[in-house]
Amino acid sequence: MSRRTKTAEWLTPILFIGAALLIWQAVSMSGLVPNYMLPSPIQMVQALVKDFPLLMKHSRATLIEAGLGLLIGVALGFSVAALMDAFPTARRGLYPILVITQTIPPVAIAPLLILWFSYGIAPKVVLVVLVSFFPMAVGLLEGFQSVDEDMIRLMKSMKASRWQIFRHVKVPAALGQFFSGLKIAVSYSVIGAVIAEWLGGFEGLGVYMTRVKKAYSYDKMFAVILLVSVISLLLMGLVRILQRKCMPWAYLNEENK
Amino acid sequence: MSTDTQSRSGSGDAEAGDILRAEHLVKSYGDRKVLGDVSIRLSPGELVSILGVSGVGKTTLFNILSGLLKPDSGSILLADGEGGMQNIAGETGRLSYMLQKDMLLPHKTIQDNVALPLLLKGMNRKDARAKALSFFDQFGLSGTQEKYPAQLSGGMRQRAALLRTYLCGNRVALLDEPFSALDTLTRTSVQEWYLKVMDEIRMSTLFITHDIDEAILLSDRIYIMKGSPASMTDELVIPTPRPRDRDYMLSEEFLSYKRQIRAIL
Repeated sequence: MSRRTKTAEWLTPILFIGAALLIWQAVSMSGLVPNYMLPSPIQMVQALVKDFPLLMKHSRATLIEAGLGLLIGVALGFSVAALMDAFPTARRGLYPILVITQTIPPVAIAPLLILWFSYGIAPKVVLVVLVSFFPMAVGLLEGFQSVDEDMIRLMKSMKASRWQIFRHVKVPAALGQFFSGLKIAVSYSVIGAVIAEWLGGFEGLGVYMTRVKKAYSYDKMFAVILLVSVISLLLMGLVRILQRKCMPWAYLNEENK
Repeated sequence: MSTDTQSRSGSGDAEAGDILRAEHLVKSYGDRKVLGDVSIRLSPGELVSILGVSGVGKTTLFNILSGLLKPDSGSILLADGEGGMQNIAGETGRLSYMLQKDMLLPHKTIQDNVALPLLLKGMNRKDARAKALSFFDQFGLSGTQEKYPAQLSGGMRQRAALLRTYLCGNRVALLDEPFSALDTLTRTSVQEWYLKVMDEIRMSTLFITHDIDEAILLSDRIYIMKGSPASMTDELVIPTPRPRDRDYMLSEEFLSYKRQIRAIL
């Protein structure tokens, strides 16, 4: 890739986003839409700055829920994928169940979780576990199963145990899918935590959202939406960096350029 | 010109001093009998090819020899180094196995790939790496230890795969069409190199191929595997000393072997 196309690679989306923001600003300044309903991007940023300390406090709560849920979700997803990979019966039995659970929208079970686990951190974490578990389990299983049958034959001919095959061949082969799944799981986890907070709680960006909604503070609504998406983007960026660190062999071509 | 083709039934006449002797191997998948009555013998330092058309059961035979599959009947005897023979049918890890694809793990550096069989045997990482590295010069791999397989050419990767096969620590290597994925020029140089290294490290080799030229060029003996169920119908001895150069492929002797084999297949 030449330097010029590389620049175009990141410049183009920035230009488009900039144009969209400009149009938005113009529309809200023109008075076509009542200002209280659609605050301008500048007002949104102002609201963000004004409430920043409060927003940080709520972000912290949301991030703890999301992080905890994600950790458990990833661990659970890994274990279930390993189990399904090792035992075909488990795969045949569990896979349809996994798919069916994914057709249930998280918003629909969140109230139930609150009834079961009350208003504390528990229902939020459980919801995050539920939404982050699936992309991890499915991605990892696909990764484990992607290994060349001949590679396994070769390992067996070297007298490798199942555990050694898993560790030396299957886990590394699934790393790509692991990180793809993790990127999805990370953004789901923040959204999941916020949704669970909507329905009741004491702290968190979702709680903040319901409060400013009741006060009809549209600018603050927009500010917190912006914040949620910024947090998700940052976390996905973090996953990307982690992936590069963990999989140097997958980025060899880029380094050569 | 000395061409002696002889039909062998079984290996009761195998000479003493064989390093490997497979006797009367039979294998069926369900109702389909794949291997009829297959017998092979291999002397130390010998390179013996098994030549047959695709699908005749060569890979099944190798899976049995490497212990991945159990034969329905028959035995696989491996010299134990003390004059005796030991039945290893159904045991993995006794013969080194190398496949057509290099099967290097993309996420491991060359040195870690090569050291893998040592790690699997429980050697610690540091010693395994050191032992692997000590062979890099001999195998023409100097300077590649920190590289990943994707950074190496096909020929170099095959060398690494061969070193890994060697480090499995067995005296007999099973090579399943190891050079067929390489382009013609690379194949020639890797073949020549293989013969040289094989003699240096005193590896005895059983070699699967469907390439008649390759078989005649590389082998001391050639088994021809044929039929359904398959058996070794013919055995051909190529007495011309190895290594044989490219010109040998134009010689009358070479062509007469080739004609003979084609007539059988």
